[in-house]
Amino acid sequence: MTAMCDVAFLLLTFFMLATKFKPDEPVIVKTPSSISEIPLPDVDIMLLTVDPKGRIFFAIDNKLMRKSLIEDINYQRDLKLTDAEKTAFAIDASIGIPFSQLKSYLALPPEQQKTMEVNAPGIPTDTSVTSPQNELASWIKSARTVNPKLRICIKADGQASYPMVKKIIKTLEGWKIFKFNLITDLKAIPSGTAAYADAHSGDKKTK
Amino acid sequence: MAEMDTSSSGGHKKGPGVKKGKKLSTRIDLTPMVDLGFLLITFFMYTTTMAKPKTMEINMPYKDPNLKIEDQNKIKNSVALTILLSKNHRVYYYEGIGDDPNKAPELKVTYFTPTKGIRDEIIAKKKMVDDMKRSGQLTAKDETTVLIKPDTTSTYSDLVNILDEMNINDIKVYAIIDITDIEQGFIKETEAASGGK
Repeated sequence: MTAMCDVAFLLLTFFMLATKFKPDEPVIVKTPSSISEIPLPDVDIMLLTVDPKGRIFFAIDNKLMRKSLIEDINYQRDLKLTDAEKTAFAIDASIGIPFSQLKSYLALPPEQQKTMEVNAPGIPTDTSVTSPQNELASWIKSARTVNPKLRICIKADGQASYPMVKKIIKTLEGWKIFKFNLITDLKAIPSGTAAYADAHSGDKKTK
Repeated sequence: MAEMDTSSSGGHKKGPGVKKGKKLSTRIDLTPMVDLGFLLITFFMYTTTMAKPKTMEINMPYKDPNLKIEDQNKIKNSVALTILLSKNHRVYYYEGIGDDPNKAPELKVTYFTPTKGIRDEIIAKKKMVDDMKRSGQLTAKDETTVLIKPDTTSTYSDLVNILDEMNINDIKVYAIIDITDIEQGFIKETEAASGGK
C-alpha cells in the first residue's frame, strides 16, 4: 500500500511539473499535417490564427510584451484607451477585433469578451502593407518594434481559403519578413520517397 | 490500509505510582489523501499535452522592389514543373513554365493521393532532370524547379500539402507564385473540356 502511494505521488509530481497549460484559443482550428518535425519554440512567438471562415486572430506570448504592444498601438492609432483597458488587453490571450471596436471590446468584462470574440470579425487585412485597411500590418509592425526577436507562426485551418493566407503572406513580405513558420500536425513520412530514404539512411546524416 | 502506527504497543510497563493516562489513538486515516492524489493524477494526465505542435519553416524569396524584370534570372523550361492548385483539392500541372504565348501548355489533372497522385509526377520530373544532367543536356547546377500557383478557390491545406510534397520528394528549389489570368483560363478550359464541374 505505502509503495503504491509513493508511486502515485511520484507520478502526480511528474505530471504537475510536466504540464503546461494551453493558452485560451479563440477558435478551434484543425491544422493540416506535414512531415516536418521542427517543434514550435516556447517563447517569442507571434501567433496568427486563421479559422475556417478566414477570420484572423492575433496573439503574442508574453504579458509584459502585450502591455508594451497596446501602448504602442494606442499611440499609433490614437485609440484613447484607458489604463484599465490596456490591462485588459495584457490579460487577454488573443485579439480578433478591428481597431474601431477595440475600445468597447476591452471595456467589457472578461466573460462578455469571450462571447464577443466568438462572433468577432477578425483583424482586417489586405495584400498591401501601406493600405490603411490593413490593420494586421500595424499589429505586426508594433509587435516587432516591441520585441524584434518574435518568430511569426501561422496557424491556419485546412479549410481556410488560400486568398486569406495569401494576404497574410503578402503583409509579411511587405514588412520584409520572408521567413516564418506554418503550424502543422505531424504525419508519417510515406515510404519509398526521397525524404523516407533520408530519414532511414542512419544517424550519420542529420539534417 | 495506509495508516501510521505510532502507538507504542505492549512492552514498556509504567511504574506502580504512575497514573495511566487515557490513551489517544494516533492512527491517521490516509485514504482521503490518497484519493485526492489519484484524482489530481487523473486531472494532470488528461490536461498534459506531451506532443508539442510541429511547425514547418518556409522561406519566401527576397523581393527587391528595385529589381527589374529583365535582371531576374530565367528558369529553364526543361527543369520546371508548374503546379496549379484549384478547387476541390484538384491539382493541375504542366511541364515547363508556360511562357510560350503561341503554344498553350497541356494541363493535366491529378489529386493529392498517395499513389498515382502529384507525388508520382514530381518524382518522374526529378528523374527526368537527373537523366538530362547525366546525358549532359543540363549542367550540374540545374535543379528541378517547381512553381506553385494556388488559385483563389484553393484552400490552405492544399498549400501545406504541396509544400509537404516538396519536402517529401526533396525538391530544393520551389516558389509560390501568384496565378496569372492566362493560367486561370487554362484551368477553366480544362474543366470545360472534361465536362464541367
